[in-house]
Amino acid sequence: MTNLIAGADVGGTFTDLVILNPAMGEVRLAKTPTTLDPATGGQSAGVLAALEQSQTPLDQVALIVHGTTTTTNAVLERKLAKTGLITTRGFRDILELGRRTRPHAYGMTGQFTPVIPRDLRLEVTERMDAKGRILTPLDEDELRQNVTKLAKMGCESLVIHFLHAYANPAHEQRAAEIAAEIWPTNYITCGHTLLSESREYERGVTAAVNAAVQPLLERYIRSLATALHTKGYQHDLLVMNGNGGMVPASQVSAEAVKTVMSGPASGVMAAVATGRRAGIPNLITYDMGGTSTDVALIKNARAPVSNEIEVEYAMPIHVPMVDVRTVGAGGGSIARVDGGGMLRVGPQSAGSTPGPICYGKGGTEPTISDANLLLGRLPATRFNTDITALSAIFGTKIGQPLGLSPEAAAEAVIRIANTHMAGAIRMVSLSLGADPRDYALFAFGGAGPLHATALAAELGIPRVLVPARPGMTNALGCVVADLRHDSVRTVNRPLDSADIAEIHAILADQIATGTDRINAAGVNLTNTQTELSADMQFIGQTHLLRVPLPHATPTRDDLQQRFEAAYHARFRVNLPTIRANLVNLNTSVIGQRPEMDLSRLIDPAARLAKPTPQTTRPVWFNGWLETPVYWRDHLPLNLHLNGPAVIEQMDTTTLVHPGCTVTSDPDGNLIIEVPNA
Amino acid sequence: MPETGSNTAKIDPITLAVIQAGLQQTCDEMDLTFSRAAFSPVIAEADDRSDGIYSASDGALIAQGARGLPVFVGTMQFSTRHIIRRIASGETLPPEPGDIYIVNDPYLGGTHLMDVRFAMPFYRDGKIFCWLSNTGHWPDTGGAVPGGFSASATAAEQEGLRLPPVKLFKKGILDTEIWAVICSNIRVSEQRIGDVQAQASALLVGADRLTALLDRYGDATVTAAIAEIRTLAAAQMRAKIALIPQGSYSAKAYIDSDGVVNEPLTIALKVTRTGDRLTFDFTGSSPPCAGPMNSVQATTFSSVYLALRHIFPDVPLSAGAFEPLHITGIDGTFLDAHYPRPVSGCAAEVSQRIAEAVFAALVQAVPKLVTAAPAGTSGNFGLGGHDPEKGRDFVMYQISGGGYGGNSDHDGLSNGCSTIGISKAPPVEIMEQTFPVLYRRYALHEGSGGAGQHRGGFGLDYEVVLLRGTARASFVMDHGRTGPQGAMGGSDGAVNRVEITRGGETFTPPHLSKAQDIALQPGDSVRVRTPGGGGYGNPAARDPALIAEDIRLGRYTIEQARTLFKRVSKD
Repeated sequence: MTNLIAGADVGGTFTDLVILNPAMGEVRLAKTPTTLDPATGGQSAGVLAALEQSQTPLDQVALIVHGTTTTTNAVLERKLAKTGLITTRGFRDILELGRRTRPHAYGMTGQFTPVIPRDLRLEVTERMDAKGRILTPLDEDELRQNVTKLAKMGCESLVIHFLHAYANPAHEQRAAEIAAEIWPTNYITCGHTLLSESREYERGVTAAVNAAVQPLLERYIRSLATALHTKGYQHDLLVMNGNGGMVPASQVSAEAVKTVMSGPASGVMAAVATGRRAGIPNLITYDMGGTSTDVALIKNARAPVSNEIEVEYAMPIHVPMVDVRTVGAGGGSIARVDGGGMLRVGPQSAGSTPGPICYGKGGTEPTISDANLLLGRLPATRFNTDITALSAIFGTKIGQPLGLSPEAAAEAVIRIANTHMAGAIRMVSLSLGADPRDYALFAFGGAGPLHATALAAELGIPRVLVPARPGMTNALGCVVADLRHDSVRTVNRPLDSADIAEIHAILADQIATGTDRINAAGVNLTNTQTELSADMQFIGQTHLLRVPLPHATPTRDDLQQRFEAAYHARFRVNLPTIRANLVNLNTSVIGQRPEMDLSRLIDPAARLAKPTPQTTRPVWFNGWLETPVYWRDHLPLNLHLNGPAVIEQMDTTTLVHPGCTVTSDPDGNLIIEVPNA
Repeated sequence: MPETGSNTAKIDPITLAVIQAGLQQTCDEMDLTFSRAAFSPVIAEADDRSDGIYSASDGALIAQGARGLPVFVGTMQFSTRHIIRRIASGETLPPEPGDIYIVNDPYLGGTHLMDVRFAMPFYRDGKIFCWLSNTGHWPDTGGAVPGGFSASATAAEQEGLRLPPVKLFKKGILDTEIWAVICSNIRVSEQRIGDVQAQASALLVGADRLTALLDRYGDATVTAAIAEIRTLAAAQMRAKIALIPQGSYSAKAYIDSDGVVNEPLTIALKVTRTGDRLTFDFTGSSPPCAGPMNSVQATTFSSVYLALRHIFPDVPLSAGAFEPLHITGIDGTFLDAHYPRPVSGCAAEVSQRIAEAVFAALVQAVPKLVTAAPAGTSGNFGLGGHDPEKGRDFVMYQISGGGYGGNSDHDGLSNGCSTIGISKAPPVEIMEQTFPVLYRRYALHEGSGGAGQHRGGFGLDYEVVLLRGTARASFVMDHGRTGPQGAMGGSDGAVNRVEITRGGETFTPPHLSKAQDIALQPGDSVRVRTPGGGGYGNPAARDPALIAEDIRLGRYTIEQARTLFKRVSKD
C-alpha cells in the first residue's frame, strides 16, 4: 500500500498521530509526549517518535498533514524572531498604544508587551490620505538608511506598515523593493498584503506577528520536511492553517500568521467531518482540557470563520480563522468559598503545575478534576491519590462553610462550573445568532465527555455526540481537512452607489485566485467549492452582518433583500427606511479531498456482541449510585444503554447521567439523548 | 434529568449560585443585544450603555451586565426608584404590560442628558415582579452644541431636551407622537429609530430570559434567591472592608475649572472605616459651579461604587454590595447639583475625579490593592464644521486614553481607557476616512509617566490638522493644572496639554483643558498630550536597569530621567 494519509498534531502535552488507509479504512494511532528541541524549540522529535511508534514505513504514506503550535507558543510567550518595523512618520508607537484598552473591565492593573520593541520601530517620511492619494512622497534615501540600521541591529524580519496602504499600496510596494536589495533575509512583510482593511493597529499587529513568527515556522517546517524525506516520505508536507484548511509547506511561511490558531481549528474540522457523516450538521464543539474550555459553533456542517480573532489581550489577528472561543474553566479551575459565603469556581486555575490535587504534584486547592475524582466520575485507578484526604479537603474548604457533605460540596463545584460554562456557551451562540437548543454538543478533549451530558441539560441541548477518539480529535482534523484559500476585499460603499459590475469582477477575481492556489498544491481533490459572502450593515452602523451569496453575480436588489432578511432573522427588527452599506466581499475556495472512512477509528474486532460492564463502581449523582463501567472499545455498534453509566477509553471518560440513553452510530460515535431538554 | 434545580422555595447554596449566574447572564445578553443592534457608534463600538434588573418595590439593583459602561454601576437603581415614586404619587402614568418608559432627567436619578434610560415593568401573574432597565448614550439630545458637551453651558436647557419618565411604548407599541416630539428636538434624528428599536429589543430579550429562569426554578425560589444574593453581596463587601485597617484616610482631587469660571474645583474626601462600614465624607468640597462640571447625586454615588469595584472587582453587582458604603457631605457641594445647574461633565470627568479621590485615600490603607492615580480623563476633543469635499456638515469626537498609575507589582499601562469606560478609541485611518482632518502624529507622550519605584504608564501625544472647510474645536478634558496623583512616595504623572496652532500662532486655552468654539481654518492644527499615570513608591527605589531601559527606548530623555528619578548614572 502506498496511499496512506497521516495527520500529526502537536499539542501542549501530547503529539497525536492518526494514519488512515483510505482503501481499507484501516487505522493506526499513536500518542507520544510532545518534546521540544532545546536549541530551536522545534517540535519534530515528537512527530518522528509518533511515526516510529505507529510502525508505518513513510514511503507508503501519500500525504502527511501537520498541525503545529509553533507560532501559537511563540506569540503567547513572546519568543519571537527579532523584528524591525518601518512605518509612516509620526506613527511608530501605534503597535504599543493599541486602542486605549485595559485587560479587565474592572481593575486598573495589567501590562502589555508590544510585538516589536520601541527601539526597533523606525519612521520614514511618506504619507497617503484616506483615499490613497499621495500627500508626501516616499523618502527613499531615508528608507535605505533606516532599513540598513535595522539590519545592523540584528533584525531577522522586517515589517513595512504605512498608513492607508489598504487604499494605495504603492509606497509599501516600493519600500519593499528597496528593502529587498538591502535586507539579509527574505523575511519582509508588507502590512497591506495580509489584510487590506483600514484600522492601523489591527493591520499592523497582524503584519508584525507574521514577520515575527515567519523565520521560526519556516525553519521548523523545513527541518521536519527534511527529516520526513530522509525517512522515506516522498511527497509534499501539508500544514494546517487557522482557517481550517491545509496549505503546502512551501506556501505556509509566507503567511505564517495564519497558522497561529491552527490547533483549535483542526479540532473543529474533525467535528465538521464527524457530524456530516453522522447526519448531525449543527454542532457546538466543546473541548474541555486542563486549563481552558474552547467552543465553536458549526452550522450546516460548516466551520465558523471570523476575520476578527483576538488571540489574547490586545493581540488582534485579522485574517480569516476558525472562530473558536475560550469560555473559561478547565479541569484545573480552583473552587473556593468567598468572603460572602458564595461558592466560586475559577478564574484561578492550578494549571498543569502544580495542577489539581489528584495529579500528586503538590496541588493543595480543590479543583474541578478533584471533584470528579471524589465523586467516582473519574477512575481512581488512573490517579495515585488518597481519596480520604481529598474528601477531607473538600469537607473543610467547601463543605463546612456551606453546610454540605464533602460529596455534596464536590457536586456543587461541578454544578457551578457547568452553570458558568453553559452561560458562556449561550453567550457565544447568541453572539453568532444561534439558539443552542437547535444544536448537538460535540464533546472532546480530556474532560469534555465527562461534563457534556450535564452541560447539555443546563443549555437545553437535546443530544450529545462523543466521537470515537475524543483525545485524538485534532490529529483527526488534519486527516479530514480540505484545502482552503480565503480572500477578503474591502469595498465600503453604500449599496446604492456601488458599481455592480465591479462587485462581480472582484468576486470573479477572488474565485480565480483561490482556485489557482488550491490547484497548485498538487493534492488529490474530488471537487472544488466556493463560498461567497458580503459583510453588510445599515448605513450609520458599525457592526457587520455576514450575508451569504448564492452566486458571484448578485443584483443590487438581491444584496439589499438578502441583507434585510438576515438582519431580521438576527435582531427581529425591520428598518425599511434605511439603506445598506456594502463593506467587504469574501470568497473562500475549498478544494475537497476524498471522504475518509472513519468507521474503524475503534477496531471492529474488539467490539463485543453485547454491552458488558467491566466492573461497577459507586458514582455520586445526588447520592451514591452503583454504576456500571464499560470499556469503550468493547461496546457493540448497535448499542443501547440507559444511564447511569461510565464509559472509559484510552484517554477519556464519558459520563452518562441517570435518565439519559446512549446509542452508537456506524462510525462508533456515542449519541447521548438528554431528556426534558 | 441530570443536576437540575428543584421547585421548592427552600434555597440551597447551589441553586442560589445557579440563579445568580442566570440573572447575570440575562443582563449580559441584554448588553450584547443592545450593542449589536445599535446604530450610534457611541453604543455599538464604545459600549456606552448598560442593562440591569431592578427591584419592583424600591428599584434596588438586582443584577447588572458585566460589560456595561462602568460609570453606570448602580445608577439605574436611582432612576427606577424615581419612576416607582412618581407612579405612586400620580406624577407619572401607572404601568401596563408592554409599556416602556423613557427618561433622561439628570435630577431624577440620572447622569447627563445624553444618557437616555428605558425602563420596562416585568410582569408575573399580573403583578410587577421587577423592572428591566437600560441606558444608552445618544449621540445628540439637542441643546447648544452638537453632542451635548457644551463646555460653557450655564443651565440645563442649553444642554438638551429633558424628558421626565413618559411611556414611549404603550402596550408594546411605539407612541409616534412622543417620538415625533423627540425627533424634532435632536440632531441627526433619522437613524435614532434604529437605536430606539435596539434599546427596546434588549429589554424584550431580557424579559424572555428572565421568564425562562422563573419558569425553571419557580418564582418563590428566585425571589428568595434575590434576597439572599443581596445579603451575601453585602457580606462580601463587608469582608473586603475588613481588609482595610480601622481609621480615616483623607485625600483631595482637583478639577481644572468648570469651563466658565477659571478656578479649580476641589473634591475633599475622608474615608472612614468603622467596624464593617465604610463612610465617604465629601464635606469641604467646592459649592455648585456655574459651568457644566457639576455632578448629580446618582452619578456621585455611582462614581464611588465604580472606584470600589476597580479595587474589589469580584464583589457581585447587587444593591447589597453598596449597603455597607455610606456617602455623606455632598449637600450644598457641586457633587449634588440641582436644577438648573448644567451637568454635561458629570459622567465624563467629575466621576473620574471622584474615583481618583477614592483611590488616593484608600491606597494609603490598602497599598497592595490600589494603584496610583490613572490619567482619569476621557479626553474629549470635539470638532464640528463643514466638509466641502463631501458637501455636508460633520461632528467629530476624538476620545483618548492616558497612562495608568503604577502599583505595588508593576508599572502602569500606557494609553489605557478612562476609569469610567471600557471602549476602544477610533483608529486614525477611520477618523481620516470620515472627517476632513489629517493626523501628523499618534504617539507615546514621552516623559509623561509619573516617577516611582513602579512608574506610571504613558499618555498619548497626537496632532490633528484641519484639511479643508471650516470648523470649530471644543475640549472637555481635565488634569491640565495638576497631574494624576502619585502614591506611596511616587510622583504625579504629567499634566494634560492642549496646544492650538491658528494662523501660524500657537496657544493654550485659558482653561487649559476646556474650551469651546475655537474657529479653525485649513492648515490650523490641534495638538493634545494626555496625562501620564501617577508613580507608585519612591522613585529612588526603582531598579536602575529599568530606568536605563526606559531611556534606551526613548520613553524618557536622560535629563528627564535624572530629574525624575534622581539617580541616573552618567552613561
